[in-house]
Amino acid sequence: MDCEVCHERPATLHLTNFINGKKTEVHVCQHCAQEKGYLETDEETYSIHDLLSGLFNFNSTFTNHQESNTQEATHKVCKHCGISYQQFAKIGKFGCGECYREFSEHLNPIFRRVHSGNTVHRGKIPKRQYVNLQKKRLLDDYRKELQRLIEQEKFEEAAEVRDKIKAIDQETVVEDRNKDGEA
Amino acid sequence: MSLQSFINEAISPWMQEDGPDNDIVMSTRVRLARNFSNVPFPLTANKEKLSVVSNTLKTHFENQSFEQYENLEFFSMEQMQALEKRVLVEKHLISPHLVEKDLESGVLISNNEQVSLMINEEDHIRLQLYFPGLQLDRGLKEAFRFDDWLEEKINYAFEEKRGYLTSCPTNAGTGLRASVMMHLPALTLTRKMSKMIPAINQLGLVVRGMYGEGSEALGNIYQISNQITLGRSEQDIIEDLQSVVEKMIERERFARKMLVEQSALRLEDRIFRSYGTLKYSRIMESKEAATCLSDLRLGIDVGYIDHLSKTILNELMVLTQPGFLQQYAKETLNAQQRDIRRASIIRERLSLEKG
Repeated sequence: MDCEVCHERPATLHLTNFINGKKTEVHVCQHCAQEKGYLETDEETYSIHDLLSGLFNFNSTFTNHQESNTQEATHKVCKHCGISYQQFAKIGKFGCGECYREFSEHLNPIFRRVHSGNTVHRGKIPKRQYVNLQKKRLLDDYRKELQRLIEQEKFEEAAEVRDKIKAIDQETVVEDRNKDGEA
Repeated sequence: MSLQSFINEAISPWMQEDGPDNDIVMSTRVRLARNFSNVPFPLTANKEKLSVVSNTLKTHFENQSFEQYENLEFFSMEQMQALEKRVLVEKHLISPHLVEKDLESGVLISNNEQVSLMINEEDHIRLQLYFPGLQLDRGLKEAFRFDDWLEEKINYAFEEKRGYLTSCPTNAGTGLRASVMMHLPALTLTRKMSKMIPAINQLGLVVRGMYGEGSEALGNIYQISNQITLGRSEQDIIEDLQSVVEKMIERERFARKMLVEQSALRLEDRIFRSYGTLKYSRIMESKEAATCLSDLRLGIDVGYIDHLSKTILNELMVLTQPGFLQQYAKETLNAQQRDIRRASIIRERLSLEKG
């Protein structure tokens, strides 16, 4: 079989692409493969980041009317670590914790894709650093439970939960210090 | 060094303990990704910044103990030999990614090798805890306690909205990757695995071969782990994983039972052929070793072989990896020399068992 591109050399590389579920095959020689950029992977290992960076692709992540936003995002640079949104989109990794804030308005579509529609954390909270936030989450949970118990007319249990809420509410409030510390 | 003492050194102490459902589940791992606030991630941080991370961790935690995780020993990537690193990778105590790093990177490992804390890998901290058998609940609880203990001395990068901030968005939120290593020979043999994997993927879980390239599962050993880390609590994440793993255990047991009922002689033949191969071969490639070891373990589980210990698969899967073979030989070996070594170490190991 001859190379599909130059039709001169024999095709030594047979590449199969899956794009949106469609299979295409390419038969090329080493020379043309290099020229066409089929072999453009510096690293031998194909990491999750390579696969992910496709998800950050602007065209698929943003709809048309957000295009001006996208332009801005492309040029945005994180003040703290110097990484640009473009670099982030390419390698699929943040440069520092501040990137989350710097790029925040563009991150929801990404998180949604990676985490099945989720964008907001619902798990553990640092125990020492965020005492208040933990209290807030606990109160939220109790209030939901209270509501549920009242709807189910389980008033005795509801009273117990109400007392728990009261007890937490009366504790003195200390500001979370989440920035300064040893590290 | 005698083989026995080499095995004792090679096999982490926790691997020799019994765990729930360990006829099918080889081990449970819980990993938390954490970063320091106010220090850039390893991707962009310079040596000086990275040293803040490694020095803080060394100052507070090197040679310290937390509960049963005693005496955290520090290993520096800069100072270790390539072969030593490889051995740690094969024991799953460090990742291949950490090996490529040297600047201020390292690992803290507890005496019992149940805890490993990678420093300046993709994130500042990758805390991993291992347990024999299926122990997700316990794993999560202990990881949380260990994490709280670390947090006494470290300010984590955390936001109310996105949770624990990690370098890769796929880890943000909980930073939790819980995984279960399963030996599923009957589901593989009856070609059920390839049908189950897409269904499992739809539940936000990932299945991959534990050893070997890509989706191929050497030795019929699969790793099942959560994919989603954001928007769900850690408890919910491991409950999902637990329920899927339980289903798979059930199906694997059923498939084994059917195999024994419907094709007992063929199964027995296969198992004893593999046993013979392991016992008498002089040259053995890793793929063949993995297949035969899987058969042997199945033979022990279904009762055809009763004089061998169950840990033999776990042990030999680790011992026959290239790094270990070379460490035991105390020299660098090429592929063919390794195949010879592999065959002899398996023969030796089997002769340690009576019968």
